[in-house]
Amino acid sequence: MNLLQVKRVYKSYANHQALHNISLHVKEQSIFGLLGPNGAGKTTLIRIINQITGPDKGEVFFGKELLAPKHIAQIGYLPEERGLYKKMKVGEQALYLAQLKGMDKGEANYKLKQWFEKFEIDGWWDKKIEELSKGMAQKIQFITTVLHEPKLLILDEPFSGFDPINTNLIKKEILELRDNGSTIIFSTHNMESVEEICDDIALINKSKKILEGKVTEIKEAYKSNVFELVFTGNMIAFSTALWTGFEILESKEDNGRNKVTLKATKSSDVNELIKTIVNDVQILSVKEITPSMNDIFIQKVQEVMPESLEEVQEEEVLNE
Amino acid sequence: MNKVLLIVKREYLTRVKKKSFIIMTILGPVMMAGLMLVPIWLAIKDKDIQRIEVIDETGAFINQFENTTELQFKNEFISIEEAKANLYNDFYTAILHIKSVEKDAEIQMYYKKQPGFTTIMTIEKTIENVIRSIEIQNKFNVGKDQLASIQPNISIKPISLTIDGKEESKNVGISTALGFGGAILIYFFIFMYGVQIMRGVIEEKTSRIVEIIISSVKPFQLMMGKIVGIAMVGLTQFLLWTILTGIIYTVIMGAFGVDAAASQTEGMMDQVNMPQLSENPYQDIIGGLESIPFMQILISFIFYFLGGYLLYGALLAAVGSAVDSEADTQQFMLPITIPLIFAFVVAQTVMDNPDGSMAFWLSIIPFTSPVIMMVRIPFGGVETWELLLSMGSLILGFLGTTWVAAKIYRTGILMYGKKITYKELGKWLFYKG
Repeated sequence: MNLLQVKRVYKSYANHQALHNISLHVKEQSIFGLLGPNGAGKTTLIRIINQITGPDKGEVFFGKELLAPKHIAQIGYLPEERGLYKKMKVGEQALYLAQLKGMDKGEANYKLKQWFEKFEIDGWWDKKIEELSKGMAQKIQFITTVLHEPKLLILDEPFSGFDPINTNLIKKEILELRDNGSTIIFSTHNMESVEEICDDIALINKSKKILEGKVTEIKEAYKSNVFELVFTGNMIAFSTALWTGFEILESKEDNGRNKVTLKATKSSDVNELIKTIVNDVQILSVKEITPSMNDIFIQKVQEVMPESLEEVQEEEVLNE
Repeated sequence: MNKVLLIVKREYLTRVKKKSFIIMTILGPVMMAGLMLVPIWLAIKDKDIQRIEVIDETGAFINQFENTTELQFKNEFISIEEAKANLYNDFYTAILHIKSVEKDAEIQMYYKKQPGFTTIMTIEKTIENVIRSIEIQNKFNVGKDQLASIQPNISIKPISLTIDGKEESKNVGISTALGFGGAILIYFFIFMYGVQIMRGVIEEKTSRIVEIIISSVKPFQLMMGKIVGIAMVGLTQFLLWTILTGIIYTVIMGAFGVDAAASQTEGMMDQVNMPQLSENPYQDIIGGLESIPFMQILISFIFYFLGGYLLYGALLAAVGSAVDSEADTQQFMLPITIPLIFAFVVAQTVMDNPDGSMAFWLSIIPFTSPVIMMVRIPFGGVETWELLLSMGSLILGFLGTTWVAAKIYRTGILMYGKKITYKELGKWLFYKG
């Protein structure tokens, strides 16, 4: 079931279009990666989901209902550019933000104490934000975002400002939140973390959605039959033995070990390759090179390069 | 709990708990009391004491001068030359040389420290009185004590009689002081607290917390919460100031202010018999104060403070939302504050003619009415319909500025790194949701 559905959403500002016919489905209890280069329209979309701004056209559904102010309490939002009141004390501030989300003060207090214990930051309650380091403040910010146990969490670059240890801590928390029933929209440029934690993604570029799907399926679809083979033995014998269906992209010899990158011209599997050469060389390792999300991201964004504005507008007219 | 209420509470508490607020609250009345008391204290202190050596060649003024706090007389029976030669060795400050009191009286005064105009007047009056009473005694055989017993003491009390038969006595001086004081206070309160709104908005914008908050509440709720919260801080401060100033003033005046001054005056008046030249304004002030509509002034002050604050505060909130830092506020601050400054500047002119047409119109226009009305009210000439019209237009005024401000605010707070022009602001007014 989808927790969030964005249907044909358009949004433009005075002199540019931020979103053009965007539709998304975010499955319940999944982590959804919202990707795109800077200025693609991600923040606008997130603001629409947060009801900070409204779409010009199109609809957003929360569960089965049209998104409405009452859903605010069920959404947690960690913006990319974030901050807290510098002069306010940590505990006071967290309580305030929780109450703004509609939490009862006593309940907020109780849960906050639990989180503070979990993150081992009990001593910070009466500190002012300005006394904390950036990473420490980020932790507080994360807690205030998830404190009211929202069904939908929107995290915009949640790892920025964290050191590797805390990044892992937060990553673990995010996965745990999902396992406990939360749905997470995760916006980032960090493709490594996308591969690690996202179930589905959508790629937005220049206000349009250009790619969407399960991470595993996308990677499958973008694989290009490239293998990396390491062996010892005669390179010439290897080349001759190589079945014509393969093309050598790159080869390196190091201390008698040959490392060759091959591309299969037709779709074929790794078994075929091994069968062909197994009698001529000593195979040390074979692995399929799959494209990283990073490669796919760059490839897709560059594919759809400058499309003139006129075209976009024409299309829009046709749609109407 | 209502979310706007939560915001109001936060805005209020964080400000009231600040050290600067507490210090200002305590120092304010001390300074105000000081402002009121220092001139009085100086006036009392400045009355220099003259110790006058009387060389009386006529022999008519032996022990005729009565000593007051400022003037002490002593007859010395030495020659004027001797007295002059010794003046700088003596403790006397001046020599009064009375040669004759006939038609062309020959009286001189030699001094070390120049006596004030009033001192000379007092001495002249004293001599005149002495001569008069001596003459009266000589010619009509009426004793000095008898004479004093029939001395009337008159002062005229001006009372305005209104068309519906109401009688009020007014004191223009007090009205002026109150009008001016009210204008200054309202000007400062609007400025001080209006700028606090602007700062608060900029703080939220630059610290980027605003995006988190408006994912929980509407921008309008956040803006109104802030405006109302700060208004309450202003009212709290005003109330505390009023109470503390009252206490300080009462304590100090009770201790040595009015009593000393009043008794001093009485003594002098008996002697000098010159009520028309009353040197002592306290009695007038105390009399005049009773005629001032304090309750009306207080209520109007609170209304016009709130109204003016809401009117300007909303605009300043909009300014805060449109800029990235306080340094960028100048270009928008100026046009907003010009009417307020203008009102303050013309307050003097309005005082000269508190019921004139300029006074009337400026007290109706909502941008100037808070200051100008506070100037006019102590003079008592403001008709009820004028007051209602002015209040009504102020309410409409702040509803209008709030509407405009809300439009700018909700776009502005999410807009970063863009140089904002008036044209841009104009566009924001017509953005939809």
